[in-house]
Amino acid sequence: MLKNIGKNMNSFKKNLLKKRYNAERRFQWYGKIAIGLALSFLAVFMFQIFSKGYSAFQKTWIVTEVHYDKELLLIDAESPSKDDLENADYYDVAYKAMTSLDPGLPEEEDRQLIQMVSYKYETEVKDLLLKNPDFLGKIVPIKLTASDDVDQVHKGNYPRDIPEKNRRVNDYQLQIYDMLNERGDILSEFNISFFTSPDSREAELAGIASSFMGTVFSILVCLAFSFPVAVLAAIYLEEFAPKNKFTDFIEVNINNLAAVPSIVFGLLGLGVLLAVFNLPRSTPLVGGITLSLMTLPTIIIAARASLKAVPPSIREAALAMGASNMQTTMHHTVPLSMPGTLSGTIIGLAQALGETAPLILIGMVAFVNTIPGTPVDPAASLPVQIYIWSESAERGFVEKVSACIMVLLAFLILMNLAAQIVRHKFEKKWS
Amino acid sequence: MNLILVTFIILLAFTSYYFGRKKALVIQSSQRLTALPKFYGYYLAAWCAAPALIIFALWSVFEPSIVKTFILQDYTDQNLTKNELQLIYTKVKALAAGTYTGNITNFLDESANKYIQLKGIANSAKVAIILAILIFSLSFAYRSVQKNDRMREPVEIFLKWVLFVASLGAVLVTIGIVFSLLFEAIRFFQAVKIFDFIFGTHWYPAKTFVRDGQPDPELMKDAFGAVPLFAGTFFIAFIAMCVAIPIGLLSGIYLSEYAGRGVRKYAKPIIEILAGIPTVVYGFFAALTVGPFVKEIGNAMGLEVSAESALAAGAVMGVMIIPFISSLSDDVITAVPQNLRDGSYAMGATKSETVKKVIFPAALPGIVGSILLAVSRAVGETMIVVMASGLAANLTMNPLESTSTITAQIVVILIGDQQFGDPKTQSAFALGISLFIVTLFLNVIALSVVKKYREKYE
Repeated sequence: MLKNIGKNMNSFKKNLLKKRYNAERRFQWYGKIAIGLALSFLAVFMFQIFSKGYSAFQKTWIVTEVHYDKELLLIDAESPSKDDLENADYYDVAYKAMTSLDPGLPEEEDRQLIQMVSYKYETEVKDLLLKNPDFLGKIVPIKLTASDDVDQVHKGNYPRDIPEKNRRVNDYQLQIYDMLNERGDILSEFNISFFTSPDSREAELAGIASSFMGTVFSILVCLAFSFPVAVLAAIYLEEFAPKNKFTDFIEVNINNLAAVPSIVFGLLGLGVLLAVFNLPRSTPLVGGITLSLMTLPTIIIAARASLKAVPPSIREAALAMGASNMQTTMHHTVPLSMPGTLSGTIIGLAQALGETAPLILIGMVAFVNTIPGTPVDPAASLPVQIYIWSESAERGFVEKVSACIMVLLAFLILMNLAAQIVRHKFEKKWS
Repeated sequence: MNLILVTFIILLAFTSYYFGRKKALVIQSSQRLTALPKFYGYYLAAWCAAPALIIFALWSVFEPSIVKTFILQDYTDQNLTKNELQLIYTKVKALAAGTYTGNITNFLDESANKYIQLKGIANSAKVAIILAILIFSLSFAYRSVQKNDRMREPVEIFLKWVLFVASLGAVLVTIGIVFSLLFEAIRFFQAVKIFDFIFGTHWYPAKTFVRDGQPDPELMKDAFGAVPLFAGTFFIAFIAMCVAIPIGLLSGIYLSEYAGRGVRKYAKPIIEILAGIPTVVYGFFAALTVGPFVKEIGNAMGLEVSAESALAAGAVMGVMIIPFISSLSDDVITAVPQNLRDGSYAMGATKSETVKKVIFPAALPGIVGSILLAVSRAVGETMIVVMASGLAANLTMNPLESTSTITAQIVVILIGDQQFGDPKTQSAFALGISLFIVTLFLNVIALSVVKKYREKYE
C-alpha cells in the first residue's frame, strides 16, 4: 500500500518535472519567436522597399531620329548665332521626330505617339542642338525621356494583360513599344536626373535634388541653433547648477520636453515662428528652427551623460593645481566629454532628419520645382517628399518613393555610423 | 542695416579683446597682474558686446509693434475690426517696400510715407543708442582695466550667466509650446463651448466653412466634437500595443535572461533599427503593403474591410514600438538584483519559473513605466495614421474600418494655407493642447514609476 503511494508519488513527480521542463522549453521558444518576428518584420520591410525601389535608379529612353530642318526651325540666317538657335521654333521638329516612328499613322491619332515621351521632349530636342550646333540641317539620333507609363512597362511593373480600357497604355502604344524594343531603340541607363532634378508633377522627370537640399539646409540650421544652446545648458546643469527647486524644475522640464510628440513642435513653429515672428513660410530656416527645438532636449541629455562620465579625479586634479571652477570645466571636463556629446548630437540630428509632421505644419509640403540655394528659399525635405509622392496616384511615383526612402535610409545609416565612429575612436575609456 | 550693426559690434568685441590683452601686458611692466592677460581681453570684449547686443535684441523685438501702433493710430476713428486693421498694416508695409500691387488710396500713401519716416527715425535712433551704449560700457570697462581691478572673477560670473541663460532655453521652449497652444485654443473655446468639444460625437470641421461672414452657431455646435478622435487615438494605440507588448516584452526577456552574448550583441541593435526608421517610411509601408494585405485577407474571409483600416495602421505602429518596449524592459530586467535569481534557483525553480514568478513581479513597475512611455509614443504618432488610416473621423470600434486620430486631424486641418482666426484652424490648436496634456500625463506617471523602481534596487 505504502509502496504504491510512493510509486505514484514518484511518477507524479516525474510527470510534474516533465511538465515543468516542457514549460521551460516553450517559454524559451516564445522568446525566440518574438525576436524572430521582430527581425522578420525588418527583413520584409527592407525587401519591400528595395524590390520596389531599385528600378527607380534606371531611366528609360526612347531613341528616335530628329531632322534639324532649318525651314521647320524657322531659322533664316546663313550661319545662325547661339541666339538664333535659342529662339528657334522646335515644335515641328520635335513633333516630326516622334511621328516619324510610325509614318502611316493618321494625323488625328498622333497624340498617342507623343504621349509615349515626357512632355518636356521639345526641350530635350532643343538642348541637343544647343549643345551641338553643327547638327543643324542634319538627321541625327536622339534620346528622349520615355513617359512614366512606357517606363513602367519597360521595367515590367505594369501588367499588360488587363483589358485595354483599364490600361493607361493602349494596344497601339504597346505595339510601338514592342517594335522599338526589338530594334533596340529603348535604352535603360542609370538615372542621374533622379539626383539632379527638382520635384515635378510628372513621375519620369521628378527628382530629389530640391528636397535633398532642403534637408541639408534644415539640418544645418537645426545644428546651428540647437548645438550651442544645448551644450551650454548641459554644462550649467551638470557642473554649476546649485541643487534647488528651480534646477529640479528645469530638469523635469527637459525630460518631459524629450517626450512631447513632434507634431506639437510643428504647432509651436506655426503659432510662434510663422504667426508672431513672421519668418518666411515653407523654408528650411523655419523648419530647421522647429527641428532644433525638438532636438534640444536630446542633445542636452546626451551632453549631460557624457559630462557625468568624466571621472571626478580629473576635476580634482585641475582644482588642486589652482584652476578655477570655470577653468576646470572649460579646459578639462568639456573637451573630455566632447566625443559623447558629438555622437549624441549626430543621433539627435538623425532623428530630426526623419521628422515629417512638424515640417508639414510649417508649410514645407508645398510643391517646389526649383532647387533652393539658401535656407530662406521654399523647399521640401526628403521625408516630406516621400509623403508628397506617396499621395500621388501615378504608378511611376511608387518606385520613386521607394528610391527616396532608400536615399533617406542611406543618409540615416551614414549619420549613425558617424556617431559610432566618433564615440569609439575618440572617447577615452576610464577604467 | 541690422547685419552691419551686429557685425560691427562683434568686430569691435574682437578688437577690444586684443586691445585688452595688450593693455594687460603694458600694465604688467609696472604692477602685478590680477589675472592672466587674456582675461583682460575677455573682460573688455564682454562689456563691449553683451550690453549692446541685448539692447539690440530688445529693440528689434519691440520696434515693429511700436511702429504699428503709431501707424494704426490714424485709423482708430474708423471703427475697423482687428483683422481689417491688420490688413491695412500689411498693405502699408507692402506699399512702403514697393511691392504693393492694389490700387493706392491717398490715405494709404500717407500712411506708407509715415511708415518710411518712422522706420528711418527708428533706425537712426537705434544706431545712436547702440553707439552710445558701446562708448559708455567700453569706457567703463577700460577704466577698471586701467585700475587693474580683479579680472577673472567678473569674466567667470559673466560666463556662468551665459550658461544659465542657455539652460533656460528648454524652459522657454516649454513656455512657448504652452502659450502658443493655449492662446489659440482659448480663442477656439470662445467660439465653441468646451463642453461640446470634449463630449460631442461629431467631428466634421469642414462643415463650418462659410465663404463670407460668420458660420452658423448651430453648425459649430455639432462640428467640433472630439470624442471620435479621442476614441480613435486610443483605439489605434491599443491595437499597436496588442502587437508591441507581447513581442517586445518576450524579446526583452529573452535577450536579458536567455540569449548568449553573441545573439545579444547583434540582435539588440538590429531590433533597435526598427525605432530609427522614420515614421513616414512606416506610413508608406502601411498604406502600400499592409493595408491592401489586410484587405485581401479580410475579403477572403468574407469580411468587409476598408483599404485604410485602423488595423493596418495600428499593426505597423506596433512594429515601430517593439524596440521601445524590448530595450526598456531589457534594461529593467537586467537591473533586477542577481540574488533574487539565485534565491529562486536555489529553491529548485527552472529559469522560466524564475522569470515568471520572481523577476517579472520584481520588474513590473519598470515594465509598466516603459509600456506607458510606449503608449505616449503611440498616441503622439502622426504620419502612419495620416497615410494609412484615413482621415474621416468615424466613431467605431471595428478595427477593419477607417478611423482618425488627434494627430492626423491636426495635419488635415493645417496642411496647405491656413487662416488664423478661423475656428477650424484654432481647433487644431485645441487638439494639440489635449494631445500635449495626455502625453505629458502619461510621461510624468511613467517617469515617476521608473524612478521609484530604480530607487528600490540601487
